[in-house]
Amino acid sequence: MTERNGRTANVDDRHFTDTAALDLSKITPPREQDEFAHLRGTAAEEELTFNKEERKFIRRRSLSLLWRASEGVRGKLLLTASAVVVSQAAQAATPFIAGGLAIDWGLPRLIDGDITGLWIPAMLYLLCAVTAGVLLYWYTRMTAEASQAMLYKLRDEVFRKTQALSLDFHEDYTSGKVISRQTSDLEALRELLDGGVNQLVQGIMFMMFTTVYIWISDFRSGLVLLAAVIPIIFLGRWYQKNAEIAYRRTRISSARMIVHFVESMTGIRAVQAFRREHARSRQYRKLAKIYRDDMVKSIGLFGILQPSLMLVGNLSVAAVLLWGGFRVLEGDLGAGLLAGIVLSTKRVFQPLDMIAMFYNSLQSATAALEKVSGLLEETPKVRQVKSPQRLEDCRGEIEFRDAEFKYSEDGPVVMQKLDLHIPAGQTVAVVGRTGAGKSTLVKLLARFYDVTAGSLTLDGVELRKLSEQDHHRHVAMVTQEAFLFSGSIRENIALSRPEATDEEIYDAAKAVGAHEFIMSLPEGYDTDVNKRGGRISAGQRQLVSFARAFLADPAVLILDEATSSLDLPSEQLVQQGLERLLGNRTALIIAHRLSTVAIADRVLVIDEGQVVEDGSPAELIAQGGYFAKLHSAWSATMQA
Amino acid sequence: MQQSEQKPGAGSQSQPESPIGAQQRAAQQRVESGERRTLAQAFGRLVPYLQGLKLRWLLGVFAAIGAGVIALSIPVVLGRLVDDIEAIDAVGAVVWTAFAVVLCLGVLEAVFVFLRRFFVIPPASDAEMNMRVSLFDRLVHQTASFHGAWEAGQLQSRAIADLNMLRRFFAFGSLMLLTSCITVTVGIAVMFTWSPLLAGLFLCAAVPVIVLGPAFRRKFIHYSRSAQDQAGEVATKVEESVHGIRVLKAFGRGDWARSSFKEEAATLRDLEVSKMRTLAKFQMLMVLLPESVLAACIFTGLYLAAQGDMTAGALAGFFSMAVVLKQPIEGIGMLIGMVFMAKTSIDRHIDVMDIEPEIASPTEPRTTQERGLVELDNVHFRYPDAAEDLIRGATLRIEPGETMALVSATGGGTSTLLNLVPRLYDVTGGSVRIDGVDVREYSLPDLRSRVAVAFEDPTLFSTTVKSNVLLGTGHHRDEDDPAHPYREKSPRPDQLEQVLAEALHTADAEFAANLPEGLDTRIGEEGLSLSGGQRQRLALSRAIAAKPSVLLLDDPLSALDVRTEERVTDRLRRVLQGTTTLIVAHRPSTVAMADRVALLHEGRIADVGTHTELLTRSETYAKIMKPPAPGGQELMDTVAAAGSEPGTEQDAIAAEEPEEVRS
Repeated sequence: MTERNGRTANVDDRHFTDTAALDLSKITPPREQDEFAHLRGTAAEEELTFNKEERKFIRRRSLSLLWRASEGVRGKLLLTASAVVVSQAAQAATPFIAGGLAIDWGLPRLIDGDITGLWIPAMLYLLCAVTAGVLLYWYTRMTAEASQAMLYKLRDEVFRKTQALSLDFHEDYTSGKVISRQTSDLEALRELLDGGVNQLVQGIMFMMFTTVYIWISDFRSGLVLLAAVIPIIFLGRWYQKNAEIAYRRTRISSARMIVHFVESMTGIRAVQAFRREHARSRQYRKLAKIYRDDMVKSIGLFGILQPSLMLVGNLSVAAVLLWGGFRVLEGDLGAGLLAGIVLSTKRVFQPLDMIAMFYNSLQSATAALEKVSGLLEETPKVRQVKSPQRLEDCRGEIEFRDAEFKYSEDGPVVMQKLDLHIPAGQTVAVVGRTGAGKSTLVKLLARFYDVTAGSLTLDGVELRKLSEQDHHRHVAMVTQEAFLFSGSIRENIALSRPEATDEEIYDAAKAVGAHEFIMSLPEGYDTDVNKRGGRISAGQRQLVSFARAFLADPAVLILDEATSSLDLPSEQLVQQGLERLLGNRTALIIAHRLSTVAIADRVLVIDEGQVVEDGSPAELIAQGGYFAKLHSAWSATMQA
Repeated sequence: MQQSEQKPGAGSQSQPESPIGAQQRAAQQRVESGERRTLAQAFGRLVPYLQGLKLRWLLGVFAAIGAGVIALSIPVVLGRLVDDIEAIDAVGAVVWTAFAVVLCLGVLEAVFVFLRRFFVIPPASDAEMNMRVSLFDRLVHQTASFHGAWEAGQLQSRAIADLNMLRRFFAFGSLMLLTSCITVTVGIAVMFTWSPLLAGLFLCAAVPVIVLGPAFRRKFIHYSRSAQDQAGEVATKVEESVHGIRVLKAFGRGDWARSSFKEEAATLRDLEVSKMRTLAKFQMLMVLLPESVLAACIFTGLYLAAQGDMTAGALAGFFSMAVVLKQPIEGIGMLIGMVFMAKTSIDRHIDVMDIEPEIASPTEPRTTQERGLVELDNVHFRYPDAAEDLIRGATLRIEPGETMALVSATGGGTSTLLNLVPRLYDVTGGSVRIDGVDVREYSLPDLRSRVAVAFEDPTLFSTTVKSNVLLGTGHHRDEDDPAHPYREKSPRPDQLEQVLAEALHTADAEFAANLPEGLDTRIGEEGLSLSGGQRQRLALSRAIAAKPSVLLLDDPLSALDVRTEERVTDRLRRVLQGTTTLIVAHRPSTVAMADRVALLHEGRIADVGTHTELLTRSETYAKIMKPPAPGGQELMDTVAAAGSEPGTEQDAIAAEEPEEVRS
């Protein structure tokens, strides 16, 4: 037990230090002073147009995320950048060495019999070539390493964030969205970091050095270049404005398509049983078509930009040729140098393509980054306080005092003011109509949510102030959906206590009556449960999740309709296990079955977010209220 | 018996004997076939998708080549200019001519570049879309066991990332590769006219690239493929962590999920880095070789020019040409990489497309008058990776219009048995017959329109409530939807509203009308999320609305509270008159709906009879169905008694406990 404490404590501490750097939610100002409150988090994800201020805000958020993600690899990136600078300087120099140096300077000298006219240009050229080549190799490698390190960090952070966010967030923000944040959005970012950044620095450096060489060789040609910059700026602005909207649109249509795809594949049985294959295909074709159109539109923008840039470049080449040609005629300029300058002028604009393409991946990456940074900005409603209270040993006494709960500030009150004391060791069954608020009660206790008013205490410690680690240790919950993770049954049981020995795992399984069916599986405890519980029936899944809870050995046990999908023998088995499991523990059970109520010391009837009846089963039956009626209905079922 | 096992299209033939997991097998098959396929074979497989692409692609090629050739003409013009301008009698006309030529060519080049994209991008995007849709069409007809073995994340990365890659290849990579090759060839030819020696030297740079190319190729393919697969693994981890978030939260195991995710993400990172390293090496080669050779060319060229064997203009032209050729030569390396990445993507696409659905309509389907007679005849079933049969010769006859409850202990195979009727899985032995015809002899649409299922785990789709409930009807279908054959019983379009209302009423799902936008409220991924009980009721009304002659209900009321269950049971009993119903039941209240009960025990139908008959006759049934010996009943008695004497109920319960443990 103590060993376990030590371990989780470490994990928890790390939890709150190592990734805090990327956590944008930590720097969010309080809502009331926040003019961008409507853009915070994932709120504005589907918006297409923003005003200037809003755009600026979102961009700043994205950049700050990138900056934070680059921590640790900044030195490497800097080094990489300098390698790019040197490599590009070397590459940009080659036409001048071949043109100006070799033909105008070397050739006359060589004809005069001066052998240096041969050696110097050749050797200089070789030096440039080797420098450029070796550094290219080096910085490609380094960029990949740095960008992959950043991506890894981002992936991890998005993952951590989704896990940290409270369930109310997950109820609105569907799993498909989280998955596309993690996959296609980060993929867009990978493309940017992998190739884009390289291309940008590479291109800019190349252009810069070429321009510098041209200016040094002949400043008049440099002036022509300067004039060409003006239309380029206009083109760039036009493209930027349109591309941004186009890319965002593409992202949205791709997300829609993905959701449809994933849903059809995971729900394949329903699709086939209801013969929806063709209708689903048709719908998919529709979505794929929308995506295709959006994409062609956004690529089309680039299709206009690229030739336009080329046209500007080629016109400059012609102008440089004309002006330079006459000066060669007049003897002011070497013919070889002119050739070098013309070529360089042609080449100086080539990287603009690359840069525009960078802008392409920048666009998609920006759109992706906006969403990712939005997600990272979300604050979990349930958070651990700065200096949490510890609770070493727990008896399991629960008290709600004036506790109230609503999902949002202006939303309806889901749980009315509640005063409820559950002494340690008591087994409480909660009954009530669907949607009456039974789950709310236990979810508050499990800290899926926090009470919005009043207090909820465990052994006198305010739940909000209790350290997460102690809370997890003392309160365990078996949910309705008994989700199994891919991996073996053993791993799935050990989920609640990873350091448990095999013996402990078997004991837990035996206690809840899961051992027999597990042993009948092909590989016993090592059987892979496959995709989302695959071959294992709902009842068996429940048994596994019971074993999980048993192994956790908590002071407070919460069962949420956990027996709903069991047949009677299994339920009976679990029932026995449950009684052993309950022991001295406090238990709160959402019951749909009389057999569950049977072992309760106390029953709470919940209706419209209020406790309407509270007492021992016998008392309530005597009162003749809802529970009494329910009870007789149950009796009827049993006799049937 | 034996005969029916050999029926065409029966899954039995393709059922593997070895116990290795279906997933493993799929992965194995995937790798093997991908490695075996040559480049030409892989690209050959794409021909059907490229039908509409051909002409425009060719036009695009012409445009691209045009632009490439124009780029080459500039060095020629420059070489001329240098020679002409250095001639003693040079006049302004020389410069003007050169200017005019360069200007025209420059404008033409830009036009060609525009045309290239204009021609190629729309058809390439169409091809991408068509491949995507064909993939979807294929997958949507794959069996449930196929989808059990292939994770949705893996499939999705094939549908998105791989096909994006292919579009880029067809719209850009293939054209540029072709153009680059032509440009380089023509450029080198021009160089030969200036100086065969220099051109020969320049050509030398190409040889090592050709020699080293294949080694690079293999390595790059390897990493690129593994990285793509690994990206799928990461996606799967994400998916799992999101779907299982409630469990992770309940046990505070976010860190555990995170660390296993991190492991996968780290592998992905390492693979990506290795991939880029391979690429970096190749790129270095592509820069180093030609440039070093050019240095040698400077040396030789200057010597030749000094000897008078070559003009200064030709030398300037040569170097200009070398500069112009640099980009396509460097590009070839990248483009070759792209070819292999495209091949990887094609392989991954084909590997999935090539898997024939194990369950399909027979070539000559039979059909018969719809009555609703369901017969199981010595049915055997074994999951692909299981060691033994789960169903071991189940035989059962359900008369038309009868409601039969199917009862077994947990994991007894009841849900599996239901799946065999609409052929979501195929029997591995014996046969299932509807109205006297083996289900494998019907066409699938015919069979599945007779049968409707409400699954244990209600899958709803991201669409309106209405569309979800009317899933099995003609609602939102094409007129000629081949999956929706004409049936007398299917509701006509004008009856849909009424059917919808009835179905919702029967399943007590009228809550849907009170949703924000009523029955048009979107639910699921992009809409409102519903509770388990609500979803279950919608799934039930969905099955009813299809108006099948055989209705299969898999514990359809498990998530409902007692009162709702009672209400729904009552209504169902009325509505189901005339519909053959097989209902998996886990408790007496559900069984109460049925005329007869079948007990599935150890893979066989052990007994059939009414609930009461079975209770007295079958010990197994009694064990499954009867309330735990003292359990609820005795408690109720005690409680009732204790109610009159407040204060003693605790003792009563305490006295109860040992007995429960004993039972």
